[in-house]
Amino acid sequence: MDGEFHNLQELRHSASLVNKVFIQRDYSEGTTCKFQTKFPSELESRVERTLFEDTVKTLNNFYAEAEKIGAHSYLEACVACATAYLIFLCMETRYEKVLRKIAKYIQEQNEKVYAPRGLLITDPIDRGMRVIEISIYEDRGSSGSCSASSSTSGSTAP
Amino acid sequence: MSAVMITRKVRKWEKLPGKNTFCCDGRVMMARQKGVFYLTLFLIVGTCALFFAFECPYLAIHLSPTVPVFAAVLFLFVMAMLLRTSFSDPGVLPRALPEEASFIEMEIEAANGNVPAGQRPPPRIRNVQINSQIVKLKYCYTCKIFRPPRASHCSICDNCVDRFDHHCPWVGNCVGKRNYRFFYLFTLSLSLLTIYIFTFDIVHVVMRSVDATVLEVLVCFFTLWSVVGLTGFHTYLISLNQTTNEDIKGSWSGKNRVQNPYSHKNIMKNCSEILCGPTFPSVLDRRGVMQDDSPSLETSAIPSSTSDSTVPQTTKPTAPLIPNEHTPDDAKPSIATSTEISTSLTEDESALHKVPPLASPETDAEASIAKGATH
Repeated sequence: MDGEFHNLQELRHSASLVNKVFIQRDYSEGTTCKFQTKFPSELESRVERTLFEDTVKTLNNFYAEAEKIGAHSYLEACVACATAYLIFLCMETRYEKVLRKIAKYIQEQNEKVYAPRGLLITDPIDRGMRVIEISIYEDRGSSGSCSASSSTSGSTAP
Repeated sequence: MSAVMITRKVRKWEKLPGKNTFCCDGRVMMARQKGVFYLTLFLIVGTCALFFAFECPYLAIHLSPTVPVFAAVLFLFVMAMLLRTSFSDPGVLPRALPEEASFIEMEIEAANGNVPAGQRPPPRIRNVQINSQIVKLKYCYTCKIFRPPRASHCSICDNCVDRFDHHCPWVGNCVGKRNYRFFYLFTLSLSLLTIYIFTFDIVHVVMRSVDATVLEVLVCFFTLWSVVGLTGFHTYLISLNQTTNEDIKGSWSGKNRVQNPYSHKNIMKNCSEILCGPTFPSVLDRRGVMQDDSPSLETSAIPSSTSDSTVPQTTKPTAPLIPNEHTPDDAKPSIATSTEISTSLTEDESALHKVPPLASPETDAEASIAKGATH
């Protein structure tokens, strides 16, 4: 399976989607955006636990950076308030900058790590920041049996 | 039907299921009822127009030219904050796409185990620990998600709104995570403006002893108490890091030793989080262009990529979960859950075996949504 798909286009064309896994938010530290690093059982045969955890932790760090309350956010809030928030018409917020970094990172990770393993990560911003969606693709010939097993494991997950 | 969709660029705001109105091709987002919002605009603009027309010329000459200048600055700030509050996305949480919804259904089913037929299944609640405090997340039958902490479903706009404060008819929008700061600054600056105009009206009456300003004095006098009171109330809420919704429900009133897990236990910290925290982006992507035919279910990593023939098949079968108007409310959860679970499971299976589904229900729904959006 590994190394079979070289890029994302090819993955979507040559394989069929069999299942999706959703990584939920971790609210233990409040409402800041953070995702659970628990490794989903559906991915066990696909990707190494450390690689997955690395990705989620990096994403969490990005969100923590975006939502940090510090000198930068104070400055941004004060300047924006002084201009009646008109400055945001011509300036990107810090959060938006980080979001672009996240989009780039996810694309990189998809190309380097996940697409060759038949997986694709969706940017959480496209899912309302609720979940990290991981699509599992399967080679067309063998999709029937594998999909059944992955769906049952999905239903038993807590 | 698909020909219609391809010929015209369909933006995502046209397909949003909530009861909102959009202007300027999705840039402006408001609730549908806007009558009171126009009244607010009329009162503010009217009072200020009277002030600039009748008092300002006299005060500028006999007192100081800075009087109208400062009033103008304050007025512009108030208007900017009002429009910002009214026209922005309050922090609407998009509804779950069919696959996520069926995933959540499966999780609920697994957690509940086998419920005998005819017996009421347990309420759909998920407990999470936030800052070592248990908080219940409720399932939203309309949005098909477990509402994040502090989020609530606005019945007027029919959306789940993050950090929901209240639905404010005066600004014609929900007040939530993304526009609470603007709302607070609006009430604060409006109180200042009202006090300012009220003061100089009285000065004017004393200096000239005319009664033309009586109308303004009356409007200001009655606005003063409500607006200053509201500002005081929200200042109190901000200092405790509470929302109006939580305050009304008494979520953290100290019963059962439940404390607000979001508060930093420090007034300055709470204020700085709400007033100087990050500016959150809208997650709706209202101006984004819909991917043709397959409603953007999988094409986010590289939006330019064309979705191939297999993807629509996997996305369509779960479509019966989308039309949320027909979902029974909390009143009849037993029927709702059992039917939903069964449909989601069977649909899921058919998706896995790649059986092409009947396309007509979905296309009908889409057409009706599109029709509704154009009105």
